[in-house]
Amino acid sequence: MSSTRTTPGATPAGGPGTAAAPAPGGPAATPAVEVRGVVRRFGAVTALDGIDLVIERGELVSLIGPSGCGKSTLLRVVADLVEPTEGEVRVGGKSAHRARLDQDYGIAFQAAGLLEWRTVAGNVELPLQLHGVGRAARRERARELLDLVGLADFARHRPSQLSGGMQQRVAIARALAERPSLLLMDEPFGALDEMTRERLQAELLAVRAATGCTVVFVTHSVPEAVFLSDRVVVMSARPGRVAAVVPVRLGTAERDDAVRATPAFAASVVQVRAALRATEAPR
Amino acid sequence: MRRARGSGALLLAPVVVALAFLAAWEALVRVGRVAPFVLPSPTAVLASLREVGAQVLAAAGATGLNALVGLVAGTALALLAASLAARVRVLREALVPLAAAAAAIPIVALAPVFATMYGATSELPRRLVVTLVVFVPVFVNALRGLLTVDPVHAELMRSYAASGWATTRWVRLPGALPFVFTGLRLAASAAVISAVVAEYFGGLQTGLGSRITSAAANSAYPRAWAYVVAACALGLLFYAAALALERAATPWRRAGTG
Repeated sequence: MSSTRTTPGATPAGGPGTAAAPAPGGPAATPAVEVRGVVRRFGAVTALDGIDLVIERGELVSLIGPSGCGKSTLLRVVADLVEPTEGEVRVGGKSAHRARLDQDYGIAFQAAGLLEWRTVAGNVELPLQLHGVGRAARRERARELLDLVGLADFARHRPSQLSGGMQQRVAIARALAERPSLLLMDEPFGALDEMTRERLQAELLAVRAATGCTVVFVTHSVPEAVFLSDRVVVMSARPGRVAAVVPVRLGTAERDDAVRATPAFAASVVQVRAALRATEAPR
Repeated sequence: MRRARGSGALLLAPVVVALAFLAAWEALVRVGRVAPFVLPSPTAVLASLREVGAQVLAAAGATGLNALVGLVAGTALALLAASLAARVRVLREALVPLAAAAAAIPIVALAPVFATMYGATSELPRRLVVTLVVFVPVFVNALRGLLTVDPVHAELMRSYAASGWATTRWVRLPGALPFVFTGLRLAASAAVISAVVAEYFGGLQTGLGSRITSAAANSAYPRAWAYVVAACALGLLFYAAALALERAATPWRRAGTG
């Protein structure tokens, strides 16, 4: 992996005002995410060390690794919630900071993080309300999104009346509220039971097919990473580094639960497991 | 449906225990022939309550007004101080230890001092005592609520590039409400207690505390107890009102699964 590779679309950083309209899908389209030589230290601990990663538009990439490998930190660096100590992050050709201010990404965490004093619809509307979208438009958008995640009948419920899986679906709907081109997800299904988890994985793929957005997905589950991803980025711990990138080829057909039983799926799982095990070996 | 039955069953046990307690008390006084100046029977207290009912109500009104004025003033001051302290670090560092110290001292001890300062013809000293007593729990809880933000909510608001004010408006304030009401519930009972106790140190003879002391001084024990019963009822009333306000203001906390 050469870190000196230059991207064809990379232009000198212009001010936000000069940023040209993105040309999604065009041959010279800038990647959705570019991480170049990112190092992040917390005091004496190096959480991320020399991370290089390019994620193309429309790709679904999982970050996987042992706990402490910095996968969540890497996601937060992309989200501009954590600043890199060294290196550069560009999101859709902009600085990560600019991309956050412009609301170019939606984010979902392991905890749904719903505001318990708002209704389900009110939670989905929150980012729209914060950014000055009118009431009628907000209502309409919330209805669309709750339809998309199958919770149309729960719009007026309180979060505490929903199951964990339902709350997480609300969080995903909220992340999609502003039609982001990039969806960042930090173990969003980590606290759910296996059945709910697999159902939400299939729903995520459906959402992605419907919206065409790029997804960066942090997980510690190998089958989950394989089922969802175009590529699985395997990270090693202390310091956090990219140990391997495993492309997943499960055919072009839309993935459904039947995929989990195919030899290709099993082969990818074995491959990712081997890569994960290799990160532990030299210790 | 289930909740109605639940609260009915919830009420049944304490009511039964209270009635049994009163019956045992009555039996003890009658059978054991306890002298009425040592312990009047519940029926004697009830008779006295009927006899002086109008005065009891008037006294309860006077004390209740003192408690209410102090409660409102103390809560308003505490909320103002807490919002300033939540925003200004220096203020927080100055006020928090003071509030902690104030929580440790018996503020009703100030009552005789205030009574002397403001004279015997004013309700002001009682109201001041109540204000100070109320301030502490409301301030401490409100400040804690304002400073407690779920880390996920904080990250979320940052991801939305939300301003400090927007975060306060949409996350901090609603999140602080349950804390504020915890403080208010504590303060509501304390307001009545301090309003009654403040009257023990002289001044106007209008409230429950003054009536209890004067009845006891005249050996009118059933009458003293009648005022005590009224004081208990007043305390419960304040507590129930605070609870009702809390439920009305934070409806999401009752929304159970279902």
